[in-house]
Amino acid sequence: MEKTWNNKAWFLVLPVLVLVAFSAVIPLMTVVNYSVQDTFGNNQFFWAGTDWFVEILTSPRFWDALWRNLVFSAVILAIEVPLGILIALNMPKHGPGVPVCLVLMALPLLIPWNVVGTIWQVFGRVDIGLLGYFLNSLGISYNYTQNTAHAWATVIVMDVWHWTSLVVLLCYAGLVSIPDAYYQAARIDGASRWSVFRHIQLPKMKRVLLIAVLLRFMDSFMIYTEPFVVTGGGPGNSTTFLSIDLVKMAIGQFDLGPAAAMSIIYFLIILLMSWVFYTVMTQSDAEQS
Amino acid sequence: MARISLEHIRHAYSPRAKAAGDYALKEVHHEWEDGGAYALLGPSGCGKTTLLNIISGLLQPSDGRILFDGKDVTQLSTEERNIAQVFQFPVVYDTMTVFDNLAFPLRNRKVPEAEVEKRVNEILEMTDLAGMAKRRAQRLTADQKQKISLGRGLVRANVNAILFDEPLTVIDPHMKWVLRSQLKRLHRQSRFTMVYVTHDQTEALTFADKVVVMHDGQIVQIGTPAELFERPSHTFVGYFIGSPGMNFMPASVDGAMARVGDQTIALANAPALKGEGRIELGIRPEFIKLGRDGMPVTVNKVEDIGRQKIVRATFCGQPLSIVLAEDDDIPTDAKVSFDQHAIGIFSDSWRVENQSSGQGG
Repeated sequence: MEKTWNNKAWFLVLPVLVLVAFSAVIPLMTVVNYSVQDTFGNNQFFWAGTDWFVEILTSPRFWDALWRNLVFSAVILAIEVPLGILIALNMPKHGPGVPVCLVLMALPLLIPWNVVGTIWQVFGRVDIGLLGYFLNSLGISYNYTQNTAHAWATVIVMDVWHWTSLVVLLCYAGLVSIPDAYYQAARIDGASRWSVFRHIQLPKMKRVLLIAVLLRFMDSFMIYTEPFVVTGGGPGNSTTFLSIDLVKMAIGQFDLGPAAAMSIIYFLIILLMSWVFYTVMTQSDAEQS
Repeated sequence: MARISLEHIRHAYSPRAKAAGDYALKEVHHEWEDGGAYALLGPSGCGKTTLLNIISGLLQPSDGRILFDGKDVTQLSTEERNIAQVFQFPVVYDTMTVFDNLAFPLRNRKVPEAEVEKRVNEILEMTDLAGMAKRRAQRLTADQKQKISLGRGLVRANVNAILFDEPLTVIDPHMKWVLRSQLKRLHRQSRFTMVYVTHDQTEALTFADKVVVMHDGQIVQIGTPAELFERPSHTFVGYFIGSPGMNFMPASVDGAMARVGDQTIALANAPALKGEGRIELGIRPEFIKLGRDGMPVTVNKVEDIGRQKIVRATFCGQPLSIVLAEDDDIPTDAKVSFDQHAIGIFSDSWRVENQSSGQGG
C-alpha cells in the first residue's frame, strides 16, 4: 500500500515541537555550546573543544563530589526503604487511625524543601536549636558546622525525616490492595509472620517499591536545597554533593565552560542510572511471564 | 476428623449489639457429625460465611462455645484447631511454584519432606495440575488458581474438618461439575468432616448428605435434600429450594379443612395449630394437577423449559405455579387439584405439624 504524505501533520505537531524546543532542546544546546567554548564576558567566545570535559573528568573535586553523592544515596536508600516498609506494615488498615496516619505521613512531603532545610538548620544549632542545645547540655559535643560526621548525620537524618514518608505511602498503597482472603488463607496454612511478608506482602509491594527506590535514588542524587541551606556544603567540602558543586562552579566562580561540561556529564550519569533501573524493573517483570 | 459442636453461638460485628437485629448470626446451636458432608445453603448476607469463619477460628464468636470432640476450642487459634479452609477468592502464592504452593501448609507444619512429596503428588494428580507442578504459579487461569487453592485445603492429612466457602463460584460450569464429584469422592475416601458454603441449591443438594439452610442469620432447617424438598419447615426453604419455588397462599384452617379464598381444601390430617398466627398453605408446583376436575383457575402463561412446562396461573386471586410434564395437555377450561399429602400448613412462616404425628412444629 502506498503511504499518503500529508504535510498538515507537521502543522498539528508544531505546538508541541515549539514547546519542547524552548523547554528542553534550546537550553540543552546552550549548555552544549558553553561546554565547548571559553568566554571572558563581553559575549566573546573562543573554541575550547573537549578541554573542559577533560578538566572535569581529571579533577579530584568532581570525583570527590560524585563519590560523596553516591555514598549519600546509598545510605539514605539503606535507611529509608527498610524503615518505610516497617512503618507501612505497622500502619492500621481500618478504622479512624487510617486518616490520622496518612496525614501525619504526608506532612513532611508537603513542606517546601528550603523550609525543611531551614527547620533543621535552626533545630541543630548549638546556641538556639532544640536538638543542638539539648545534645550539648547532655554533654555530647555536637556541632554540624564544624564536625564532618555531625554534618553528614544531620543531612542524612533530615533526608530520612523528609522522604521516608514517600516510601511509606507507596508501600502502604501496595499493602492495602491485598485482599483479606490472603491473610486468612495464610493463617489456615499455618504461615509464619516472615512467610506472610515474604510470600504475600513483599510480592505485592515489589512494583511500588521499585518505583520508590528509583524516585529516592534520582532525588537524592540531585539533592541540592536542603544541604545547601543547612551546611552550605561544609564543613570544608564534606557535604558538597554534585549539585552544590555545580552551582558553586557556575554561579560562585562563574566558570561557565567547566560548569556546562559538568552539567552534561552529570546529566549523562543520571540518564545511565535511569536506564539501569528501567532495565532492572522491566526484566523483573519479564521474569514473571 | 472431629465432631463439631456449636453451643449457643451468636455473633455481632459491632461490640455494642443488643437487639436481635444487630446480630449477623443469631443463635446457632448445632452439632456437625464426625465425617459428615454438610452444605450451608442460603442467600448472600445470611451469615453462612460468618458461621464458617467462626468454626475455623478466623472469627471469635460474640457468645457461645465451640467444641471439637467435646473439647472446648473457642479460644484456640486457627492453626491450633487444625482446620483447612478454601476461600471463594482463589489465593495463590505467586512467588512459588505450583508444587511449593501445595506443599506450603505441610512444610509450615514441619511434615517430613518424603511425606510432603507423596501428599502433594496425590493432590496434583487429583486436581489435574501434575503437568505444571514445576511452574511458577503465575499467569494462571481462574480455574487453575482455584484448583491450587482447593489443593492446599485438601493436602493436609489429619485435619479436623475442611471448610469450603463458595469455592467453585469462579470456575466454569463443566469444571465445576468435575471438581464437585472429585470432592464428593474424596469425602467418601477420607471421611473428613466437610462443610460447604454455597448459595447454589444444585451444588448444595449434590454435594451434601445434610443441607443446612440459613436465612437472615439463623438456621431454618437441617435435612437431607429430600426432606428439604418434601417437608420444608419454613416458608423460606420452600421458596429457596426448588425451581420454581413452593406456592404459598394465605389460608384459614378449621380442623382438617383449609380455606383459601372461597375454596375449601381437605387436608390429610388436622394441623396442630397453637395460638393466632398468620396461616399460609404451601404446596410445591410439582404436586398440583391441572385437569378438568377440581377448583377453578386462570392460566396466564405457559413457559416451556424443555422437558417440563411451567404454568403461571391465578388461583383465588393468588399467583400459582404449576409444573407439568412436557406433553401434558392444558385444557381450555382448566381446573386444579392439590395432592393432599404434599400440602403444608405454615403459621408465621414456620411449618405446623399434624396433630396425629405428634411431632413438634
